[in-house]
Amino acid sequence: MAALGSPLRTLRGLLRELRHASGRAGRPYRDTPAYQHIVAAFRANRVTSEKLCRAQQELHFQAATYLCLLRSVREHEALHQEYHGRGERSPEEVAGLVGFRLPQQPGGKG
Amino acid sequence: MGKGGTLTAPRGRGHRERKRFYQNVSISQGEGGFEINLDHRKLKTPQAKLFTVPSEALAIAVATEWDSQKDTIKFYTMHLTTLCNTALDNPTQRSKMQLIRAAVKFLETDTVCYRVEEPPALAELQKNEWDPIVAWAEERYNVAIGSSTSILGPNIPASTKDTFVSHLASYNMWALQGIEYIITQLKSLILSMGVIDRHITVEKAVLLSRLEEEYQIQRWGNVEWAHDYDLCELRARAAAGTLFVHLCSESTTVKHKLLQD
Repeated sequence: MAALGSPLRTLRGLLRELRHASGRAGRPYRDTPAYQHIVAAFRANRVTSEKLCRAQQELHFQAATYLCLLRSVREHEALHQEYHGRGERSPEEVAGLVGFRLPQQPGGKG
Repeated sequence: MGKGGTLTAPRGRGHRERKRFYQNVSISQGEGGFEINLDHRKLKTPQAKLFTVPSEALAIAVATEWDSQKDTIKFYTMHLTTLCNTALDNPTQRSKMQLIRAAVKFLETDTVCYRVEEPPALAELQKNEWDPIVAWAEERYNVAIGSSTSILGPNIPASTKDTFVSHLASYNMWALQGIEYIITQLKSLILSMGVIDRHITVEKAVLLSRLEEEYQIQRWGNVEWAHDYDLCELRARAAAGTLFVHLCSESTTVKHKLLQD
């Protein structure tokens, strides 16, 4: 069985990710189906204890996998926005990079 | 969006981004399984089929993807939705056997079996990190796999392939779509079985898949906008695939008619 660490830590991480993930204001993340499902599953299986039976281990693995998914999607998107989100520069911006300004041509290029 | 309030997801990543047009995302249970509602509209697949999934937990995770979208819908982040669409539409029209054969064929070029001789430090790293997982697979499945430094790759015995074909045949079509997806992402059948069998975590599988990149990063330094970007993307995809396979294989889910081949 994979080395997963503490189930409580996984649960906390998951709930934190769900809080980040609630896209729209207005609906508290505690009301979401995901939050309720996860909390119920952990409660039913009492995965917060140290000794785990097979079903609990499977649940923990699933929770850890979902945590990995949420966290990685968020981190990837953050990197995407930071490095790849800006799109192309306009001609004015490009000219500005090398210290030029585009000429004014009110009549068009002619 | 079409008439009658239906929604189809756009095809491919190049499609212009779409604004989030719905307030509430909810799940309901229909005849075919669990459905996703965006306000009062039912989600459809790219081929306009009703989006239905056999597992409630999977439906909840898909709903969460839709509910996480802020101003624009970023389809490239919605890996579970994409996997479900693939399972429902089967756009490549492959049969179960074709999927299985494609998966097992990967063993011939499995990342963890393909070894370098130079530089010695990398060869050593591959031996230390990959030998154990190959040994695990050999023991778990009672097969011979080995590894090779030859350009042709390892010579996989037919009996080994047959064992994996049999094993994969025990999965339903949805789970198989997921398995094949993980394999193409990790570039390894062995690492994929490692996560599916819960022997290693997704993070570990991704690390092992990217061993050479990690080695180069240690040596030459990290470039966040490339390395971390790729790392996060691979983790997200592998995690989505793994979760998808497990949720489609759960005993509570498996009896569902959507999963009957």
